[in-house]
Amino acid sequence: MTAPQHTTDTAVRANPARDTWNVLTRELKPVVRDPFTLIFSLVQPLVFLGLFGPLLVGQSGMPVGETLQWFVPGILVMIVLFGTGATGSNLQYEMMTGSHERTLVAPLSRSSLLVGRALKEIAPIVVQAVLIVLIAWPFGFSFHVGGLLIGLALLAVFGVGLGSLSYALALATRDREWLFWGVQQTLIFPLLILSGMLLPLDEGPGWMRVVATVNPVSWVVQAERALLAGDLADSAVLWGWVAALALAAVGLAVGIRSMRKSS
Amino acid sequence: MTNEPIIEAQGLTKRFSSKKKTVEAVTDLTFEVARGELVAFLGPNGAGKSTSLRMLTSLIPPTAGTARVVGFDILRRPADVRARIGYVGQLTSGSFAQRVRDELLSQGTFYGMPASRARTRADELIESLDLAPFATRSVQQLSGGQKRRLDIALGLMHAPPLLFLDEPSTGLDPQSRANLWQHILDLRAQHGTTVFLTTHYLEEADRYAERVMVMDRGRVIADDTATRLKANLAGDVITLGFATTADAARAVEIVQRLADRDVARSDATLTVTAPDGDALLPEAVRRLDAAGLRVDRATGVPPTLDDVFLALTGRTLREAGEGEPVEEDEDPDATASTAKQATTTGAQR
Repeated sequence: MTAPQHTTDTAVRANPARDTWNVLTRELKPVVRDPFTLIFSLVQPLVFLGLFGPLLVGQSGMPVGETLQWFVPGILVMIVLFGTGATGSNLQYEMMTGSHERTLVAPLSRSSLLVGRALKEIAPIVVQAVLIVLIAWPFGFSFHVGGLLIGLALLAVFGVGLGSLSYALALATRDREWLFWGVQQTLIFPLLILSGMLLPLDEGPGWMRVVATVNPVSWVVQAERALLAGDLADSAVLWGWVAALALAAVGLAVGIRSMRKSS
Repeated sequence: MTNEPIIEAQGLTKRFSSKKKTVEAVTDLTFEVARGELVAFLGPNGAGKSTSLRMLTSLIPPTAGTARVVGFDILRRPADVRARIGYVGQLTSGSFAQRVRDELLSQGTFYGMPASRARTRADELIESLDLAPFATRSVQQLSGGQKRRLDIALGLMHAPPLLFLDEPSTGLDPQSRANLWQHILDLRAQHGTTVFLTTHYLEEADRYAERVMVMDRGRVIADDTATRLKANLAGDVITLGFATTADAARAVEIVQRLADRDVARSDATLTVTAPDGDALLPEAVRRLDAAGLRVDRATGVPPTLDDVFLALTGRTLREAGEGEPVEEDEDPDATASTAKQATTTGAQR
């Protein structure tokens, strides 16, 4: 061939930190381009807040403000459970349509493809949690600002862990969407009910309370209640962090391992 | 510039095992590709073309054998291979949720391009691949041909010296296909890019590839230019029509001696398959005339690569493609077909 070779050998080497940043910014682009998708996925938590909340007020016989004080922190965790817990389906869709394969051929470290995606989850979690707090505010929900900030950080760590597990599930189920949703739904609802998010477990049978003690979601919910109420030194806060950090560590480890095996 | 081959495959073999049985998708693949070549893997679905490409691009490790691509071992230095090749898979490279220009810019950062250079390069590709009217649309909104052009643009973002294309024109209408090929050929003319592609369209391999490697059941069974493959393995089909059956019967021997091939007769018509048909045909007519045998009708049909495939395997490409598909857990062709359905349903979401 007589044509000039157009390439100079400046080929990149994989660099996990830089690659993670690049994957993260790519994942954020659709969110920035179309922020209304964030509002759309708020529908489910809003339904619980608007339709389940009044029932709770009626049942407990407590004033609206106090009931919200108990209920809203759970709704914030629910955002993560429903939103972030389902995020693996985005990756599954990219695996099925082909763009995941393209990123696997790019010179990106495998871990960055998982970590960048997991970190991206923080953005919708924070935006949605703040929106829920602002919506509940006029109805008598009051919160400690410092507690809210720490609470958002806790949700972010919890979300990174749960998101990683959701991606790992997508990588494991490959093109079987039914399997992804089957496993996801099977896990999400027990986690939800056994966290005392919707109804206190104090009235439930003993075995439920036992199961709840090994449910990390339950610890995070209790920590969020203490934080938003301003009880920053409550031991529940510590346990919430332990649960969230443990979940994040396990999630990232499992997720990165699945991504390395992806082809 | 070195004279080292840009691809050197040595005994590449891939076996997939599912529940009970093991399927060998690719067997002992050994070949070299020189810089600047345009090579096509031609074969039916399930022949092992995609699996070969996935090994060469470091997506899946070979079960046995080795390969050097752009100077690096695919097993020991996969990151170096990845940084220097472009790959356009069978499906859509762009994420459906992303905008066209955003995906190009992200791709640039993946290959370590500074933001300003990525922007310039993205705009160049948007221009040359006619993507300008859709640059701010999401990939989901593009037509099949537009998606494919974006795939090519993504594969070229970092100006790789070697571009792999897996079934680049499958699913495109003839006009989009011709258009896509024009882009690929222009690219080579401008940058000397080595292009390695798979196809099951024989016209495409025939028309555009300088070198065709015919693949069947995991093996390369022929490797040459399309012209030579056709001349050596298939030959032109010459048909001669006579006024009477008696004339045709007398002509058999003359034609047989001239062509040095078996001649078939059906009533007053003779058929012979031979190389260099365009020279043979007038000579046959002259000799038959000289023997007092008048040829009424004469046709010479040049062979296609399908005839080559038939000569090599005893099956036509179409029959082979409908035949035994490779069954295994990770059959990329099988995954691809389910994924194509997903793509269509997904687009309607």
